[in-house]
Amino acid sequence: MIAFLTRRLLSTIPLLAVIVTLSFLFMRLAPGGPFDQERALDPTVRASIEARYGLDQSLGRQLWLYAEGLSRGDLGPSFKYTGWTVREIIGQALPVSLSIGVMALGFALAMGIPLGVLGALRHNSWIDHGAMGLALMGICIPNFVLGPLLILLFVFALDWLPVGGFGGFSQLILPSITLGAIRAAYIARLSRAGMLDVLQQDFVRTARAKGLPERLVVAKHCLRLALLPVLSYLGPAVASILVGSVVVEKIFSIPGLGSFFVNSALNRDYTLAMGTVLLYSALLIALNLLVDIFYSILDPRMELR
Amino acid sequence: MESALAAPGVPATIAPPDPRGASYMISRFVIPCSLLALALSTWSCALDEQKADFTFLNAEPESIDPGRVTGQPGGRIALSLFEGLCFRHPQTLAPVPGMAERWEKSDDGLVYTFHLREASWSDGVAFSSEDFRWSWTRLLDPETGAKYANFLYPVRGARAFHQGENTDPSSLGLSCPDARTFVVELENPVAYFLDLCSFYPLAPVPRRTLEAHGDAWTRPENIVGNGAFVLESWQINRRLRLRKNSKYWDAARVQLEVVDALPGDYINGNFNRYMSGVVDWIDADGVPLGIVDALAERDDFHVAPYLNTYFYRFNVEHPPLDDARVRRALYHAVDPVAICEHVTRGGQQPATSLVPPGIPGYASVELGGFQPELARALLAEAGYPRGRGFPVISLLFNTSDSHKQVAEVLQQQWKDVLGVQIGLENQEWKVFMVSTQRREYDIARGGWIGDYLDPNTFLDLWTSSNANNRTGFSSPAYDALIAEAARVVDGARRMELLRRCESIITQEECIILPIYFYVVTNMYDGGRWGGLEPNLINSIDLKSIYRRGES
Repeated sequence: MIAFLTRRLLSTIPLLAVIVTLSFLFMRLAPGGPFDQERALDPTVRASIEARYGLDQSLGRQLWLYAEGLSRGDLGPSFKYTGWTVREIIGQALPVSLSIGVMALGFALAMGIPLGVLGALRHNSWIDHGAMGLALMGICIPNFVLGPLLILLFVFALDWLPVGGFGGFSQLILPSITLGAIRAAYIARLSRAGMLDVLQQDFVRTARAKGLPERLVVAKHCLRLALLPVLSYLGPAVASILVGSVVVEKIFSIPGLGSFFVNSALNRDYTLAMGTVLLYSALLIALNLLVDIFYSILDPRMELR
Repeated sequence: MESALAAPGVPATIAPPDPRGASYMISRFVIPCSLLALALSTWSCALDEQKADFTFLNAEPESIDPGRVTGQPGGRIALSLFEGLCFRHPQTLAPVPGMAERWEKSDDGLVYTFHLREASWSDGVAFSSEDFRWSWTRLLDPETGAKYANFLYPVRGARAFHQGENTDPSSLGLSCPDARTFVVELENPVAYFLDLCSFYPLAPVPRRTLEAHGDAWTRPENIVGNGAFVLESWQINRRLRLRKNSKYWDAARVQLEVVDALPGDYINGNFNRYMSGVVDWIDADGVPLGIVDALAERDDFHVAPYLNTYFYRFNVEHPPLDDARVRRALYHAVDPVAICEHVTRGGQQPATSLVPPGIPGYASVELGGFQPELARALLAEAGYPRGRGFPVISLLFNTSDSHKQVAEVLQQQWKDVLGVQIGLENQEWKVFMVSTQRREYDIARGGWIGDYLDPNTFLDLWTSSNANNRTGFSSPAYDALIAEAARVVDGARRMELLRRCESIITQEECIILPIYFYVVTNMYDGGRWGGLEPNLINSIDLKSIYRRGES
């Protein structure tokens, strides 16, 4: 296990280096720079600003300086938001995305797994059809439709919840549902398929034959295997959910990471764009590693190598 | 239910669901997830949740440092935190005494002597004329990279200092005979100099704070100001909170104690926040175009003129647009009324000139507008009768639905009236900026908001050396006229010269095609709030806002 972890962690270093280099180059290849704006800058002013951010250096040198900063944990200053460092911006936006992401994930799991398991246990009954119909709806309704519909219902018609923003638990509810709905739907379908598959297996018949109560058969023996497909889906899903969704953030005026992720690229805010890409990559790698570890825990037949 | 046991040897039947299967899930997933969410949200919500007296919509500022701000969102905050020699009257925009309680102008208009009032910074340190001298010198220092440094070019020696030709700050026409007197010498008289003094770049900044904290000086824990408000907290993209500055010289008249500026770049979301009472004031960033007709009926919907023109630039170096007759033909073939009535719909006015109406003492040069016969005649004269032989050119705009709709209408009008085919091309914002700067376009969308209340703000753009020109138009005669207008003391004569400039740009050379004048579209409850009446530059003066019935 330790050897496995060490090997996996070591292998992420070159991977991250490649990601940094490529995203650095792609950012610079895009036409326009952080200081191109409607109101053109005087050449003196432009030169002075570019010098301050090191943009007057050669590309190779800039990459080197960036990598050097990175090794000290310094993500550099934001080019667009004067006076803010990328670390401060991520430090403020990430917890926001995390809290909504975790809520959304909780909602997705709490909705998806029971619905899927229920569907599988009651295969082809009205419960199964109802659950899968609901899941299909979740997949089909895009979040930019679901969000405003929820606002219309819960904010303007019923006046139960605030319209958006960030600051209290009640403000998290609608965005979490909007963000989690499609994941809940996928999880429901995956866990149903997984459960159906497991229920056909010999060890289940054996367990039942031994006279185990059905709840133990399902909860102890079937569920952990039935959830393996869900688990492999969760790795990337969690990463994307945690980094935030620009659409959901916009609809509910949430100061999360998702809008920085998109806008930094549009603004050519080089450092902020690199910082968010790096964070997303690191999260993705870490979560995939976690998934592999969980796999070995859930399915004793698997071995970490 | 624990009954459904399969008998040995009997094929397993699907058992009914077990309620404890669900409780297993709840205990393993749902509860930990919810707890974590709760913990995270409480952690990140460790904010004082005092309700603000007034909340307004304001895009996330790129900076609140007066020397570095460009753009309205940062400007609104900077002017609440820092006060210049004068400030603009919230409605008329005329300069009124700010840090300077009075001033004298020499007869030749070259020397301004400002007498400062007794005041202090928000940390209690006494304010002195030296603060102005240092701040203005900083603005001009090339190291600062101030985007509005050229606003001080009228000051003696300022241009040379800013361009690095002279590094001695004492060569600047700025002096402080004593702690409460600030003297400014100009290169030539500038009719709108006091207007400039009211604009945020010329507001003073606290030297010791800048020197102590560098770029982080604008953070709430560091910042010190001399304006009506202080910065209490600032979470990026979330909320910027201002609190009344008890040390402000006119604090007794400031009615709001706590003010929140909430950012938001999604119009519908911003509108929802207004409708549910989260924000008290929104501008065009919160007014959805699709329902503007219905909103116009409401009492809280306010439309007012705006010093802001939507136009197209012609690249005068690209044939056939190098022929003024072609440009004029394209201009006269456009009916902006159709655009305002069917596309923009928010009360925008068809542009009849480049300089929007409303600037005191100036009458814009009216253009002929939509004249299809004249347009066809001009095009024929240029060698393209009924559009025959007209080369394929394209119209470039930055990606946006509204720009696209305007472009499509113009494309159709040009086709109908002139028989010319003009292609449409859209580019992402930064790509678009590069294309227009390099003049890699035929016709390109543009817009300009006046910085100060003088036609010059719309006219000096087209001088040869101005980086905002971007049309390829370069005329020494025009440059000379702009320079002459800057020197003239007599107001009426000056306006005459500027009118002449405007007629060159539009009537004669037609290097731009004005389409419409924007309007300010704000929503606020006028029965509840006073001091919010819209003005020509859509500024918002927090210190003069009051709740009706309380004063």
